[in-house]
Parts: sequence; C-alpha cells; structure tokens
Amino acid sequence: MITGRFFAAGADRRIAITILILLAAAIIVPLLNLAVSPTSAFYIPPYIVALTGKYLCYALLALALDLVWGYCGILSLGHGAFFALGGYAMGMYLMRQIGSRGVYGNPILPDFMVFLNYKELPWFWYGFDHFWFAAVMVLAVPGLLAFVFGWFAFRSRVTGVYLSIITQAMTYALLLAFFRNDMGFGGNNGLTDFKDILGFNVQADATRSALFAASAVMLALAVFITWAIVGSKYGKLLMAVRDAESRTRFLGWRAENVKLFAFTVSAVMAGIAGALYVPQVGIINPGEFEPSNSIEVVIWAAVGGRGTIVGPIVGALLVNAGKSWFTGVLPEFWLFALGGLFVAVTLFLPKGIIGMWDSWRGNAKAMRAAAIAEEAGTDSDAPPPAKIVRSAATTPGAWSASGPEPQPAE
Amino acid sequence: MILLRTLGLMLVFLMASLLPSNAAEADLRAVIAKFATGSGFSATEAVVRELAATGDPLVERPLAALAEGNLYIRKDDSAVFVGNEAGDSVTLLDPLSGESAGDAAKADITKIKVNNTLRRVIRDALGTLTLRAKDPAVRIAAADTMFKTPDAANIEPLDAAIAAETDAKVKALFEQARAASVLVSDKPEADKLAAIALIGARGDRDALSLLTSVEANAQGAVKDAASAAIASINSSLALWDAGQNIWYGISLGSVLLLAAIGLAITFGVMGVINMAHGEMVMLGAYTTFVVQQVIRTSFPGLFDWSLVIALPLAFLVAASIGLIIERGVIRFLYGRPLETLLATWGVSLVLQQAVRSIFGPTNQEVGNPSWMSGSFDVGQLAITWNRLWILVFALTVFGVLLYVMKRTPWGLQMRAVTANRRMAASMGIRTPWVDALTFALGSGIAGIAGVALSQIDNVSPNLGRGYIIDSFMVVVFGGVGNLWGTLVGAFSLGIVNKVLEPYAGAVLGKIVVLVLIILFIQKRPRGLFALKGRAVEA
Repeated sequence: MITGRFFAAGADRRIAITILILLAAAIIVPLLNLAVSPTSAFYIPPYIVALTGKYLCYALLALALDLVWGYCGILSLGHGAFFALGGYAMGMYLMRQIGSRGVYGNPILPDFMVFLNYKELPWFWYGFDHFWFAAVMVLAVPGLLAFVFGWFAFRSRVTGVYLSIITQAMTYALLLAFFRNDMGFGGNNGLTDFKDILGFNVQADATRSALFAASAVMLALAVFITWAIVGSKYGKLLMAVRDAESRTRFLGWRAENVKLFAFTVSAVMAGIAGALYVPQVGIINPGEFEPSNSIEVVIWAAVGGRGTIVGPIVGALLVNAGKSWFTGVLPEFWLFALGGLFVAVTLFLPKGIIGMWDSWRGNAKAMRAAAIAEEAGTDSDAPPPAKIVRSAATTPGAWSASGPEPQPAE
Repeated sequence: MILLRTLGLMLVFLMASLLPSNAAEADLRAVIAKFATGSGFSATEAVVRELAATGDPLVERPLAALAEGNLYIRKDDSAVFVGNEAGDSVTLLDPLSGESAGDAAKADITKIKVNNTLRRVIRDALGTLTLRAKDPAVRIAAADTMFKTPDAANIEPLDAAIAAETDAKVKALFEQARAASVLVSDKPEADKLAAIALIGARGDRDALSLLTSVEANAQGAVKDAASAAIASINSSLALWDAGQNIWYGISLGSVLLLAAIGLAITFGVMGVINMAHGEMVMLGAYTTFVVQQVIRTSFPGLFDWSLVIALPLAFLVAASIGLIIERGVIRFLYGRPLETLLATWGVSLVLQQAVRSIFGPTNQEVGNPSWMSGSFDVGQLAITWNRLWILVFALTVFGVLLYVMKRTPWGLQMRAVTANRRMAASMGIRTPWVDALTFALGSGIAGIAGVALSQIDNVSPNLGRGYIIDSFMVVVFGGVGNLWGTLVGAFSLGIVNKVLEPYAGAVLGKIVVLVLIILFIQKRPRGLFALKGRAVEA
C-alpha cells in the first residue's frame, strides 16, 4: 500500500523525487570528488563535500524538528540538545579510537582526562570503544531523554509556550552541565582531535565522501520514515492534536501518547544527525547546547515551510548556505540578516517557501479550472471551486478558531 | 578691649602648650642621640623602649624609619637622621620634624641595623603609641593589630589605655585585645578563662583563629574552655553564613525581579512571549553608559546624579523601541504565540547586532556613583550599598507597578483585557491601544532594570542573553499574569539558588534549580499563582 502511494502523483511524488535526488547525490558527489581529476570542471573539492555533508546533517535536524513542530504543534526550543547528545555519543567513540596516539600517549584515557588527573575511565565511558555500542547510544540517549522529558511534560499537559520555555531550560541546563570539567566530557573544550572512524582516517577524502554519502542516505531514510508516519492513520492523529488538542482528547484519543511518540522519534532523528555531524566537523563541544542554536533550527524549518517534509530540508540548506556566504562576505551583517529573516518569515511567509509555492500553485489551478468551466458555458452561477488544499498538513493552525488577536496566556 | 584680652590669653595658652612640647622634644632628641652611642641590637632595643615609654606621638617617625631600616648615623658628628636613599647619596631628614637636613654620601653615614626581634619590638611600641591617638579610627586599628598579634608586653599599655578610654566601643575592642594578650602571657588560669569568655563573645573569624591557636598550645581547663568557645563561635558563624547566603539570595532575587517584572506584564496581559526582553534591559544599560559618557565629558559635577538622569531616559528609549516592535511586528501575530516568540527572537538578534556595531563588542565601563560604592557590616554580614539600593529599587518599581495595575484607570483596562478581551472590547476599551501601551510599559520597565543592572553586571551586547532564561523561569514559576507571583518567584528562586551554591557549586546549583523548575511545572503547569478560569485550555 505504501509503495502504491509512493509512486502516486501529487505531493507524494515530491517525496519520491527528494529521496531520489538524495540517493543520487550520495553516489555522484563522492564520485566527482574521488574519481574526477582536480583539474576537471566537474571536480568537487573536499571542502565542498565536507560543507554540504554538514548541511545535510542540519537538514536532518530540521526535519526532526518539523515532525514535532510542523505536524504536532510542539515547538521544541531544545532540539539542539538531542543533536548534541548524539554528537557526544559519537565523539566518545571517536575519542576512544585515538588510543595511544594522543598527546599524552595514554592507551585508555583520552587526553583531557590525563590532563584533568583522572586515574581511570569513568563508568559511562565503558563500551564506547565499540562502534555498535556507540551507535546504540546515539539512538538511545536522546531517545530516552526525550521519552522521560516528554512523559512528564505531556502527561501534565504542559503545552504551547510553556513547553517551549522548559525545553529551552532543558538545553540550557545541559549546556551548563557539559561546561563542567568534572562531568567527564571534556569541559568547555569538548571532544576533538579525532583520528579514526571504523579504522579509516577521518581526515581522508575517501572517508569524508563516505560520511557525506551516509548523511545523504540517512536523510533520505528519514524523509521516507517521516512521510510514512505522516501519511499513516497515526499521522492524521498527530495533525488532529496539532490543530485541536482538546477536541482530540474529547474524542477519546490519548493526546499525550501521540505527542510522546512523535517527540521521541524526532529526538532519535536529531541524535543521528548529531552523530553524523561530529566526524565531519571534527569537534563537539558544549556550545552545541546553546539555546540560540536550537532556535536557529526552528527558523530553518520555518523558512522552508513547516508542516511539509521537503520544506525543512530546503530551508536548512538555503539558510546555511546564506550563513556561509554572509559570514565570508559581510560578517557583521549576518545577525541582521538572520534576525530579519525571523521577522520576515513569520510576518510574510508563515507557510514557508514550499507552503507558498503550494498555495500559489493551488490558486492557479483553481482559477484555470474556473476559466475552463466558464468557457465551456456550463453553469456560470456555480460557486468557484474552493481553494484546493493539498493535504491537511499544509495549513497549520487553520483550526485555531479565533482571529488574529491576543489571547491571555494559555 | 575684651577682644585684645582674649587674644592675649589665647597667646599665653598657646605658648604654654608649645613650651612643654619643646622641652619634651629636647628630651626626645637626647634619647634618639643614644642610638649613636650604644652598639648592638640590645642597646638599640633599650633605646626603642625608652622612646616608646615617653608616649609622645612624635617618636612615630624615627621608630617607623628604624623598622624600615631607614635610620642613619652621620659619622662626623654622630647625629641621627631619617634617610631616603637616592642613588649614591642619601637625603637626610630630621628624625622628629621631618625637615630636610641636606644630602650625604653613603660612605659618610652608617645605617642602624635591625633584626626581626627588634622589628617586633618597634611594631608593638608603635601599636602602643597609637592607642592614645586622637582619631578613634586609629585607635580601633591599633586594637585590631594587637588582637591579631597578641603579646604579653601589650597588657600594661592596654590597661593604661583602657583606663583612659572614654569611647565605649573602642574600650570594648581594647579589652578584647588585652584578653588576647593575656592568653599568651603567663597570667593565672582564672584570668585566662575570663579572657577566653571575652574573646568567645566577640565571635568573629579573628577570634576563631586566635582561639584555635590557644587550643593547640594550652592545657587543662584553658584548653577545654577554648574548645567550648570555638564550638560556640563556629555555630554562630554558621548561622551568620546562612544569613549571608540568604542576603545574597535576596539580592539575586531583586535582580531577577527587576528583569522579570516587565516580562510578567507583557506575558501575563498579552500572552506575548517577548524574547527581545533581555535586549530591552541591555538598551537601558547602554543608555546609562551614554548618559555617563556625556556627564563625564561635559558636566563632571553631576556624576552622582547620573543614574537618576538615566532612569527616565532608559524608560523612554526602551518603551519607544517596545512600541515600535509592537506596532511593527507583534500586532500582526496576536493569537500565534509561537510565531511571536520567533519574531521577537529575530528582533533581539537585530538589536544585539545593532548595539554591537555602534558600541563595539567589548564591555563598556559604567561607573558607580559614590552613594552606591562601598559596603557596611551588620554583625558578621557584609552588605554592599549597590546591592542594597538595587533591592530597594526593585521593590519600589514593584510597588509602583502594583499601584498602576490596581488603582489607575489604565491598570483597570489592562486587567479587563487580561480577564476577557472580547468583553473588554465590547465595553468600549480600545484593546489595540491597551496592548501597545502595555507592551511599551513592559519594555520601559526592562529599560530601567537595565540602569540598575549596569551597576553590577558587565555592560556588553550580550547582557540581555544572560537574563532572558532566568526571567522566563521566574515568570513561569510564579504564575502568569500575577505580579505577586513574580515577586515570590523571583525571591524564592534567588534564595534557593544562593543557598544551594555553597553545597553544590555555582553551576551545579543552577542546574539543580532548572531541573527543579522543570519538575515543578509538571506539577503545576500554570505556575505558583495560576489565574483561575473555566476554559479547557487554561
């Protein structure tokens, strides 16, 4: 049934195209980097591979946020925390791979622990010398945190801006905690100076290309999973909770369970994004927990279009490309541009780029249909076709009955 | 005639008061001259004791110079001088009057040698001398020095000083210093026990360190008494420490209150999450900086008034920017709190970067006016003036705001809009204007908070960032739309934070507080003092 939908026309075709593009990029970009001679016009230099690989991780993070914000109405301002936790899990594996090649040459303890006079490995570092263990932790740690956090938050019906604020407090608390040297995660220097991943040198072009391919494939997989979730019955329930939580609850559904599932899946996706991100940039430090980072993720999703699957990916790529360009050309103006983007998107582009595109296409199609109907001379008194709504997902907030005026704090 | 007689009388008195001092000065010179005749440390010590015994404040100069190793004998005539070394030659000064007496080559003079024993004798002699100084502050300092370095030789001069002392406070200090000296003397045990009781009653850290050394050296009843006194001092110091932590907590609470109270209004009344609130605080701090710059360059005499001048200006600056934000951005986003949050976050980035471009990214120096610097002690509590003033200021702002909300027509309209927006609009209240003015008011209060915070925090473009999360915690904890909730929230968070700090450390304490708040919100999602209503969503 899913395959049938997958190759159907319309919005679902867009998903198929996105996945195909990502898979194609996973093959072509490494090929153009490794197999083409540096003098050729088609050659992709390694730094571009690393940069776009980083963007793909951001895109995955934005997609994860979109699952909870766009489809379930939970504005999490702490998704950077899940991203960073996944990154730390991967970073711990990479630290253990350094072995005795560190500055102090200790075969067991990473450099910063020798420096901080640790005598033996803290218990929570056990097992990170195995990749499979680290991979499980990349999924488990963010997922578990999100589950516990969501369990408490959703059951006591903390919603709206209150939830946003406590997610922000969560990432802030983690930021402070990871800055402490005696936490055993390297303090404010974080984890860096990585050498190998799975036995391959992280600096090598081939490894970077492989990481790029892994990011692209993982993003494609996430797109597929999100699409499958959103299109299922459960997806309808997600959107029902987003648009009218109380009504859904009165109809007999457990809104908190619906939200908890989406929140946990989203956190796991964010953790994977962080784990792919760390070997590509070569460092993870507590700065990733900074609340402002998490808020920036929200704007990626908003620019591309929340409540769409492709939107956050487009948004993350565009905003980050813009950031790279701006910080190179006009470093002082980047914050002006980013701040202006926040304001402009919320005021003028509430549905994001993809959402605008859809409604524009929808209007055009409707008008064309009306024109054809008129020409054919059929019943001209018939009401013009209603504005075509592609799917419920493209109109977030449509159910909030009151007009644009302030509500007393929820 | 009367005038003349009075003048004449005064002259006579003046002569009379000068003459004996002249006579005494001649005696002193004779004693000082003995430095040249005697030889060896013991001879010098005898002279020092003789000088100290005169009790004349004039001997301070030669004694101090001797302790520093700056007292010299001229080889030609065995005259004694205070010398200042300058290259190869030494500038000679008269030991009593301090007048210049020409230069001398180093070869022509001999330095009077001192050792540590002698320095100690000199220091004690000087301490004894200052016990009779006219200025009570000098006497208190002398008593303090003697208390910290007790010596059996101090007992006699202290006894004399106690008998002559009229100031009760200084007298008590003298008695404590004497008790400290008794403890190191070979007086009978009963005296020592009395001394320990006296010192134990003093109860500060100096007393504690003194008693600890006594406990280590003494035997029998004295040792026991000392241990008991130490225990009692420790328990009272623990109480004072707790008090000090609570004071720090109250101080932090007042800062949080200032930062959060504007947010409580905008969030409570309008349901608007203003992420740019911290930047309003920053703008207020920068207004203070600009005002102080203008005053420094143009009206230096007004510096003590700079904060008073900055207050209304900061309010106006922040309020007008707040008004622009409300009219330009927020009013289009009512009913969409999450979008408002994002848009105001964008505004905060722009404001931060604008300030960074204009003033530069570094910290700006904002001075404390004289009435805000320094500190005073209450018992063992050290209270700084700026913290105290900020507490007073925060409570004043709170009181004024409470008055505005509860007693003015505008406040009535605000509360009406909070309670039921549509009903308020139907009754003829112009809700858009109430919204705009409320937002401006909240921003303006953030601005004046910035004036206060500029006194205790670094004025940099990131000033607001540090407060925004804490302010939200206060508002959410206290309950939205309730000023009293904000007050209670601010002070309880401040105190809990500071009381946890000594046990958990600053960072861990803060983490614990954040986790506690997160857990608290689970229990009471609408805060401590929630507004009551019947709506499903509320």
